[in-house]
Amino acid sequence: MSSFRFVSVLATLVSLVAPVGALAQTTFASEPPAGFTLPNGMQVVVIQDHRTPVVTQMIWYKVGSADETPGRSGLAHFLEHLMFKGTDKHPAGEFSQTVLKIGGNENAFTSVDYTGYFQRVPRDQLAKMMEFEADRMTGLVLKDENVLPERDVVLEEYNMRIANNPEARLSEQIMAALYLNHPYGRPIIGWHHEIEKLTREDALAFYKRFYAPNNAILVIAGDTDVKEIRPMVELTYGKVPAQPEIPVRRIRPQEPEPVSPRTVTLADPHVEQPSMRRTYLVPSATTAAPGESAALDVLAQLMGSGSNSYLYRALVVDKPLAVNANASYQGTSLDPTQFSIAVSPKPGVEFSQVETVVDSVIAEVAQNPVRAEDLERVKTQLVAEAIYAQDNQATMARWYGGGLTTGLSVEDIRSWPDRIRAVTADQVRAAAQKWLDKKRSVTGYLIKDNSAKREEKRS
Amino acid sequence: MNHISIVARRIACVAAVSLAALSASPAAHAAAKIQHLISPGGIEAWFVQDSTVPLIAMEYAFGGGATQDPVGKPGVGNLVADLLDEGSGDLDSKTFHERLDRRAIELSFQVARDQFRGSLRMLRDNKDEAFDLLHMALTSPHFDSVDVERIRSQVISGLRRDTTNPGALAGRKFLELAYGDHPYGRPSTGTLESVPTITVDDLKDYVRHILAKDTLKVAVVGDVDPATLGKLLDKTFGDLPAKASLTPVPDVVAAKPPQQVLVNLDVPQTVITFGGPGIRRHDPNFMAAYVVNHIIGGGGLSSRLYKEVREKRGLAYSVYDALLWMDHSALFIGNTGTRADRAGETIAAVEKEIKRMAEEGPTQQELDEAKSYINGSQMLALDTSSKLAQALLQYQLDKMPIDYIEKRAEIVNAVTLDQAKQAARQLWSQGLLTVVVGRTPTTVAQPATATAPAVKAD
Repeated sequence: MSSFRFVSVLATLVSLVAPVGALAQTTFASEPPAGFTLPNGMQVVVIQDHRTPVVTQMIWYKVGSADETPGRSGLAHFLEHLMFKGTDKHPAGEFSQTVLKIGGNENAFTSVDYTGYFQRVPRDQLAKMMEFEADRMTGLVLKDENVLPERDVVLEEYNMRIANNPEARLSEQIMAALYLNHPYGRPIIGWHHEIEKLTREDALAFYKRFYAPNNAILVIAGDTDVKEIRPMVELTYGKVPAQPEIPVRRIRPQEPEPVSPRTVTLADPHVEQPSMRRTYLVPSATTAAPGESAALDVLAQLMGSGSNSYLYRALVVDKPLAVNANASYQGTSLDPTQFSIAVSPKPGVEFSQVETVVDSVIAEVAQNPVRAEDLERVKTQLVAEAIYAQDNQATMARWYGGGLTTGLSVEDIRSWPDRIRAVTADQVRAAAQKWLDKKRSVTGYLIKDNSAKREEKRS
Repeated sequence: MNHISIVARRIACVAAVSLAALSASPAAHAAAKIQHLISPGGIEAWFVQDSTVPLIAMEYAFGGGATQDPVGKPGVGNLVADLLDEGSGDLDSKTFHERLDRRAIELSFQVARDQFRGSLRMLRDNKDEAFDLLHMALTSPHFDSVDVERIRSQVISGLRRDTTNPGALAGRKFLELAYGDHPYGRPSTGTLESVPTITVDDLKDYVRHILAKDTLKVAVVGDVDPATLGKLLDKTFGDLPAKASLTPVPDVVAAKPPQQVLVNLDVPQTVITFGGPGIRRHDPNFMAAYVVNHIIGGGGLSSRLYKEVREKRGLAYSVYDALLWMDHSALFIGNTGTRADRAGETIAAVEKEIKRMAEEGPTQQELDEAKSYINGSQMLALDTSSKLAQALLQYQLDKMPIDYIEKRAEIVNAVTLDQAKQAARQLWSQGLLTVVVGRTPTTVAQPATATAPAVKAD
């Protein structure tokens, strides 16, 4: 869950990891997604892929960590874990056992804006999966005997992801400093002292408040079509009553206009590679003015994706001050989001030297239109992601689910490559000028803590 | 800051062994479409033609891998893998990357224990450019000193980070414990001592000795016809040397359990890597071992370790066990992590389950369900072109026949309860090799095994 994406030290790995916010469309060679909405308000989207007799069912709830009550951080994620504890109809373990027996796999995920559950199974098992998933939309049964050990599991997850990982702890600090008012400043997994106090009652209350068909989107990808699934969906999810109290739009406290650059420093005895990360508060695909989010996608790719990106050339190749440098933009987000730059300096190089170069790269893109050739190259790469994505039904389901639960429409998602193609050099320049303003940013430094007297033997 | 997954089982440290442990096989209907293609120049490939998505994915491997690093210089193959796309033929690094980027061609190399591997993915219309660039990378890499130093600094940076990463430390230490001085005991990425000493001549020697036609295996899936593909394969691999010059690697059995190594690192979560000698791929008991391993530590939310360690006791987020097979050895290897004061309890719980399985074996119901999973899951392995190509490459490396996919279910179904029990005894009756990385682990070093373990403080 760390958003600090350290560029792989294997510089040869040129796999086009999609900027997290990239949204694809099916440009050609596949049908546009079809869908319908049930009378109880549940939206259904179907993405066809008939190459193998496999389907992916993903149910997305429009609730994430940013929808938690203050003081109960980590609740959305804790509930995600508890959703595997069974119902009256299907006791603990039955759902998972069934998925395994048929050779399927399953998982779940939580973000700031959504919580999702999925199974990948042979196509003839889809109806059964829908029956299970619809049943646990309202039928969850929780007992202290399985809630309390699961809380320990979550605390171990916290230890693994955060406590043992200085980069992730820096990330937490940056987010908390970036969001002065908006709940995106809280960690998805929660603060440790609040996770350890979460109870069965907290989880059930949250569940009853947010889990309902009118707050869910069902994405089915794979070897099926609307005609086939419609009766299955009506028989299962169709029977679950809507919860009219759930507001159609989520309104959260918003950020004031940023007025001051902030810095945070995290010192840890285990830091062997210092790093610098600057994160700017920027609009998301949902909140941006027309064309602006696509321009930020292009800007991130130009500045910090791959070994010909501006930051990598300036910091790693031309005057080698750093071992790595990258940039990313998280476009998929209900509320204003982040544009991040990360640099790992070489031994003996000061952060100030690195930052001078970062600032000059930003000044350059903010003042001068990018070269036409660079713009074309970067746009080609981004548009190609949409085609590569078609090779993976689970990726497609993720893109649609992520977009739809953060306020985009199917058409917005489909037309993403067109918006990328339409980005002009001047729009990129304008985006850099407007949004990569230091006042909008937090700069985080990860450094080695040499103060502690620790006797450590290492191999 | 996106996804927190509930059952994502981390295999970070096992990646050090770099073998596709559980590569599931494609389903039978795809098998019918697998062609054994031989190019006009004699390059062989397993090939599936599919035009649903306008792309082509190729996976290939040369024999040798990290085992071919010179003695005392682990990390040469890894550095080669990182440098082949940093300039070759008449293109410098910048131009080479521009040519890739301009057409969104994905080209990468990686060194595994027994193979030097590569992946290539491109949109259909860019195939000539993609295969041209790959040909250049394989046959005329520059290794210009400025690029070598840049990439070397990245590798060293990663190695430095690993020195305080409990998972990475546990993985390294485990291989050392299991294999000692054998090439499998050396880290593929090298060490902080070895990587600075690697010369351009080392890199060139590695390329000359390893990248050759006689050990090459190729798998291709995508939107291209066989005749065109044959020409592309010739153009790409045709002028490589006919024969590799490999240093022989002796067969080896991992160290005899029980043994425990403790590495002191002041982190909140203690990481525990455990394992022992496994069962070789062509051992008659292999499939029985594969099935019984699924029952104890594979298979997501229902394995015995998952139930006992995570679900019942809440000791860990992640706990698993996998079989790894190599050309000259085999292992089982597992991993978990728990807070420091529960490390002893966690090790005891793992050991108890391992011992119980060794003594009693699985139940008939567990066996039936595991078979059902293993056969059913074949299909999920072929739902993307890249995954299918990876599976087709793995079967070639495992020396399976091209119709193995069709035969596999039969082999799985033939495993009897007695065979599964026998495999469990063979795998687990000796106990465990265990590496514990965390706070003052000396206080938790109480393995519940029959014989007194050799405990090495490290």
